[in-house]
Amino acid sequence: MSQLRLVVAKPGLDGHDRGAKVIARALRDTGVEVVYTGLHQTPRQIVDTALQEDADGIGLSILSGAHMTLFAEVLRLLREEDAADIPVFGGGIIPEGDISELLGLGVAAVFTPGTPTRSITDWVHTHLGREAVA
Amino acid sequence: MARDSESGLPIEPVYGPEALEGWSPEEKLGDPGRYPFTRGVYPSMYTGRPWTMRQYAGFGTAVESNARYKQLIANGTMGLSVAFDLPTQMGHDSDAPIAHGEVGKVGVAIDSIDDMRVLFGGIPLEKVSTSMTINAPASVLLLLYQLVAEEQGVPADQLTGTIQNDVLKEYIARGTYIFPPKPSLRLIADIFKYCKAEIPKWNTISISGYHMAEAGASPAQEIAFTLADGIEYVRTAVAAGMDVDDFAPRLSFFFVSRTTILEEVAKFRASRRIWARVMREEFGARNPKSLMLRFHTQTAGVQLTAQQPEVNLVRVAVQGLAAVLGGTKSLHTNSFDEAIALPTDKSARLALRTQQVLAYETDVTATVDPFAGSYVIEKMTDDVEEAATELLARLEELGGAVAGIEQGFQKGEIERNAYRIAQETDAGERVVVGVNRFQLDAEEPYEPLRVDPAIEAQQGERLCKLRAWREQSEVDSALEQLKKAAEGEDNVLYPMKEALLARATVGEVCNALREVWGTYVPADAL
Repeated sequence: MSQLRLVVAKPGLDGHDRGAKVIARALRDTGVEVVYTGLHQTPRQIVDTALQEDADGIGLSILSGAHMTLFAEVLRLLREEDAADIPVFGGGIIPEGDISELLGLGVAAVFTPGTPTRSITDWVHTHLGREAVA
Repeated sequence: MARDSESGLPIEPVYGPEALEGWSPEEKLGDPGRYPFTRGVYPSMYTGRPWTMRQYAGFGTAVESNARYKQLIANGTMGLSVAFDLPTQMGHDSDAPIAHGEVGKVGVAIDSIDDMRVLFGGIPLEKVSTSMTINAPASVLLLLYQLVAEEQGVPADQLTGTIQNDVLKEYIARGTYIFPPKPSLRLIADIFKYCKAEIPKWNTISISGYHMAEAGASPAQEIAFTLADGIEYVRTAVAAGMDVDDFAPRLSFFFVSRTTILEEVAKFRASRRIWARVMREEFGARNPKSLMLRFHTQTAGVQLTAQQPEVNLVRVAVQGLAAVLGGTKSLHTNSFDEAIALPTDKSARLALRTQQVLAYETDVTATVDPFAGSYVIEKMTDDVEEAATELLARLEELGGAVAGIEQGFQKGEIERNAYRIAQETDAGERVVVGVNRFQLDAEEPYEPLRVDPAIEAQQGERLCKLRAWREQSEVDSALEQLKKAAEGEDNVLYPMKEALLARATVGEVCNALREVWGTYVPADAL
């Protein structure tokens, strides 16, 4: 099985990267190759990075309340690029009520505060990658 | 067997007099209000009057935020603290493409003097002191505040308040930087000079450790990296030709308070002691006010949980107590729902009530620095001081705070600590009530505050009208003057004020500076 490669991204203007960095490090510790985009990424930049890196998934971290806009835009651009098969997941400060809407838009999973890091890495290994079946 | 503190220092099960063998109260403590200020920066501290209850607030448009400020004032807040939205904090207008989806979400959207006027409408700026959490565009918002005050008939020399204006911690832990370090520091020096001349009662900077702690820094790291930033600012101002006593009295600081009361109190006391020594011995400051580390505290947001959120009321009370026992000058207590969304009216009120209980229903304000002489607190103060001093020395070896930032030192240390905390939490070694112990099978639903998405379009319309109404040639020439000053050595705040008066927007002013100074690109990779 080839190594999973994921893009972990900070879309929009939110500068809080603790969660993204902790998850990225935890993923790396489980053998995932992580490309961390840095701050202030536009959805366009994130999708381009994912395509360039031939990523198996994209993780978005959003604490700014702009999650509906930013997740939707990333999904839209992936469809435009004919890359809607790249799963998008993420977390941050996202009210419970918005999660079902995000899942409805096509987000694969949303992990909110309190989720054990282990749950996220387990989910990634179970659900992503060339071995995983849709 | 000793348990480790948050900074990895041992906490003994029992302390006795031997812990303080050789410890000199004259050297280590002094009196409150006297060097080395371990016990507090003022002789009477809260025995005269409590700390300033200053609740951070802001969301949506200036209209909503103005209403919330008036509510907070009616409920007993003693000073205002403005939260700006991310586009404003990043120097973008509400209609900039990068602002899409972000307008009014984490704070109030301010694009121009028109918005600022609404924000403070009906609030007497000669009576109310205002802290503004704004960093890269701090000068812009400060000048807008001054302009609005002048419209109210309040001269600038009567204005009191603070701008956070601490760009170094933005590079390390918070992310609202615009320009690279060198021009950013120049801008900060310009602000120091401008305020000394024009707004002398204003606190020009709030050198912050709160955000580093939220990013994962331990207490020792929090104060070491903050004081290192402080040292860098002092060096910058001195290199720009200022006398240390000309600006040091108006420096202020900002720390977190965690639920680990003992180490937090030790941390605050150690930070005062270290700063006093640095200012006297490294910088030769003579004015006693230059040696005083005055700080604001915010209770640790990162310790709050989305699960069983009412438990956060308890956490915040404990955290608030830590800050008060540590001698904070002002305090913001978080609302219990902040792991979910921005506070509602009710949760904001409860947060303020928490402080009022501490101030008026406990006896901790009856005496200064109540823990002085305690075996554990004095030992821990010394230990945290030692650990922080060591880290400061390491940074100094690297070349100081900016060199450290360029090498990713502070960020690396903080991220390492954040990861350790995450692992301990995952393993259950670190208990988080309601999350990894004492969980509920089913959480109660919670309806959070929602920011009206129509706000973005509304701000966009206001900007269209503003640009149509104003005299564009005035704006253009003012921005040209600003750019010229930025290219040279003249203080940029004077032409900036003219531009804002001519109704240049926050984004336009920052874009003009971006053209001259460029933008910071971090070397951020795992």
